[in-house]
This record gives sequence, C-alpha cells and structure tokens, in this order.
Amino acid sequence: MYKKQFPLLLAFLGGAIPIVSFFITTPGDRLKVTTDTLQDWMLIIAGAALLLGVVNLFQINLRKISTRAKGWPNALWLLLSLVIAAILGLADAFDTSVFGIWGGDVAFQWIQDAAFKPLQSTMFSLLAFYVASAAFRAFRVRNVEAGILLSAALIIMLGVNPYAVKILPFLPDTTNWIMNIPNAAAQRGIIIGAALGAASFSLRILLGIERSYLGLQKGE
Amino acid sequence: MRKHPITEVSVAAVLLLLAPGYALAQAPETISWGLRMENFSALILFVVFSGVVMTFIRLAHGGRDLYIRRIAGLNAVEEAIGRSTELGKKVLYVPGIMSIDEVQTLASLAVLKHVAKHTAQYGTPLEVPNKDPLTYAAARETVKEAYLEAGRPDLFNEEVVNYVTYDQFAYTAAVTGKMVREKPAANFLVGSFYAESLLLAEAGQSTGAIQIAGTAEVAQLPFFVTTCDYTLIGEELYAASAYLSREPVMLGSIKGQDIVKFILLCWIVLGILIYTFTGNTAMHDWLLSQ
Repeated sequence: MYKKQFPLLLAFLGGAIPIVSFFITTPGDRLKVTTDTLQDWMLIIAGAALLLGVVNLFQINLRKISTRAKGWPNALWLLLSLVIAAILGLADAFDTSVFGIWGGDVAFQWIQDAAFKPLQSTMFSLLAFYVASAAFRAFRVRNVEAGILLSAALIIMLGVNPYAVKILPFLPDTTNWIMNIPNAAAQRGIIIGAALGAASFSLRILLGIERSYLGLQKGE
Repeated sequence: MRKHPITEVSVAAVLLLLAPGYALAQAPETISWGLRMENFSALILFVVFSGVVMTFIRLAHGGRDLYIRRIAGLNAVEEAIGRSTELGKKVLYVPGIMSIDEVQTLASLAVLKHVAKHTAQYGTPLEVPNKDPLTYAAARETVKEAYLEAGRPDLFNEEVVNYVTYDQFAYTAAVTGKMVREKPAANFLVGSFYAESLLLAEAGQSTGAIQIAGTAEVAQLPFFVTTCDYTLIGEELYAASAYLSREPVMLGSIKGQDIVKFILLCWIVLGILIYTFTGNTAMHDWLLSQ
C-alpha cells in the first residue's frame, strides 16, 4: 500500500493543488499560498537529494582510487577539488578566513574567477566548432529537402551580413519573411503538439495511469 | 525480494501533508471563493481537453482498437540496445539537465525504464549520468526497479546511475569525456536540454555511436536532428512511454490528445478565415484576454 498507492496519491496532490489554485480563488487565497509553499519545499528536498548525489560521487570515486582503476588520478583530483571548493565555500558562507591568511570570500571568488569561469567558457566556446561541423553535415545537398534547407540557410546568413546586404538590399526583408512566416509556423506547430503532449502526459500522471517514473508498472 | 521504498518519497510525503497547514497559518483573509476570470479561457480548454482525453482512455479501456502512427525513433530503441549487446559495449542514457518538476524529465524517466529493462535482460552495461540531484534519485529508483522486473537485480550497482555535478558545462565535459574514452555503442539523449545539446550530440556522433535523442525544446531540435540517427520531436517524447508500453489505456490518452489538436487546428483556421474576411479578432482575443 505504502509503496504503490502513497506515491501516486502524493503525485496527484502535488499536481492537483497548483492546477486548482490556477483556476479558483479560496478564502485567503490559501490554495495559492499552499502552491507557493510546495514550490519552496521542493528546494529543500532538492538540497537533501544533492547530499545523496555527493555521497554517490564519493562512493564511486573512492572505489576507483582504492582499486587503482583506469583513470584513478582523475578521480582523486575530482574529490580533492570538491573538498577544497566545499571548504572555501563554507568559509565564504560563514565569513571566516582560510588558514588565517585569505578571507573566505576572497579565496572562493579566486577559485571562481581563476578556474571555474574559464573552464565553463572553454566548454561553451566549443559550440562554435561543433555548430560548424553540424552545419556541414546538415547542408550537404542529398535531396530536394536538403537543397531547400541549404538555400534558406544561405539567404538567412547573407541577410545578416552587412556586405551582402549592400550588394543585395532585398536580403533583410527575405530573411525576416523566412524567419517570421515559414519558420515561425513550423515552430508553432511543434510547440502546440509538445504542449498538448505535456498536458496529456501530466493528466496520465494525475490519474495514476502513467507510473513508470516511479518505477511502478501497470497494476502495481 | 523488494526493498523498502525510497526515503525521498517519505520526506516529500511529510512535507506535502504539512504544507496545507502551514499555508492556512500564513494566508491573508481578504480573498473569498471564486473563479480566476483572467484564466477562464484556460479553464474551458482544460475541461475540454481532460474530457476528450478521459473519454478516449475509457474507450481504450473498453477494448476499442486505437491506431497510433509509427514512430521510427522509438522503434529503433531495441535496435540500439541490440547493437550495444553485440559489440559488448555500454549504453549511455542522458536524462537531460532539468529536475523532475519538468515534464520532459518525467517522460525521459519513462523511456529510461524501458531501456533499463532491456539492457538488464540482455546483460548489457548501462550508465545514466545525472546533473540534477532529484532526477538522480528518481532515475536510480527507476533503473533499480527495471532491473528487478527483468529478474537481474544483481546487475544493478551504484555506478549504473551516478551523480556528476550540478554545473551545466562541468556535466557536459564529464559526459562528453565518457563518450570519447569509453565509446558507448548507443547514446540516448532524452529529456530537457539547452546549450549542451550540440556538445553532447556531436561528441557522441564523433565516436560512431547510434544516437537517439528526444526533446521538446524547440531551439535544440535542429542540433539533434543534424547529429543524431533518430530524434523524438516534441509530442513524440511525451508519447514514448505509451508507445513503448503498448498499454491500451495509455494509447487512449494519445488518441484523445490528437483529437484536441484537431479541434485547436479547426479553431485556428476558423479564426484566420473570420479575421481575413471580417477583420474580427474575437477568437484570438478570447484565448488571450479571459
């Protein structure tokens, strides 16, 4: 009973309360307040789940280190980085100094500026190269559809290029037309379908028909 | 033997039961019972949509045969797992980067269960790296149950579903690194993705893995379409669990959803015709303003 019905009841309540509060006002607007409270509490549950995640990270990487599995130095470096970042983060949060030398905020900010942000930017900048290689594959003219795609892409790319616009002044209007009419129509079709799909999926969850996300199957 | 249910659910249960009491104590007394008129058109749509979907669920429950079109990406799921099994390589399943309050993530977990069940049956290694801690907890439970249902609970360990990091690009770096080093034979990228979609899909493509992607994020779809072998576009992702399970009641909800889509299409066409010939925007305004 606890295993099967209670999670389904929770899912129903967690979904139904916000829906009802979206349509109906109650004395003191208590349903709306309940909805906001539930959303706040989800953050607390996420915090607890994060702890589970960190435990899992330690379990896997400590095992790698102790068995000297392939790539174990990376696992060691990962755990060291995690522990150092956590100590500096806590020093920052509690406004204490690190080894009596740096202020917690200075040390944590240094890690952010010197390591974290450059690494993030490096990953993000890889997109430029990946877009080029993906575009190369997408724009190979293998059939009529790919030919249309290539033509549309060429017009749009030239339409935002100042030199091309100087030579062919009609390009910006053509670009706008492609983006606002056929492109927007196709996107809206996908969005309407996806929105109805999400609504249908949510309804299945509320009714307890869809239960595979709980690890349950039909009849359980 | 089944283990005790997940502890997170019990925490959620206590919090959920306490929430109304907390809210009652906090709420102001100035508002009374009534309809939110600003959401009235949404209420009508909600009632119509729910009515049609539930009617078709009832019809399906009564045994009516419902036709659902073929979805190539979902038919290829078993092919991808089979290829991994033949090559003796792992299957990598990325459930997106969002939490479980995102419907796409829930839909992804439903597909994950199907994938995990098959990998367990064939004894194929599976890895599910996670960015969000709540998704991690839910995915771990989903995969554990799938292994149990397949009769292979012995294959499940803490490394099958693992937690990586909460940072988007650190997660991307970790997963692309796994793709390049371990070269999984099949990559599933199903769920909610943002800027990392192309990085993951291109890295997977470069290793020669068969790739099945699915998302409802319109901006990311072109990246998946160009780099993956199969892509579940928008509604196909939400239909996946019903399609894969072939349960008539679930298929009924898909059919109901299609009928509502047809009704909306008629509404749009009628609105365009009325606006074109009379200049009246009442149908459009009703949807927006009430």
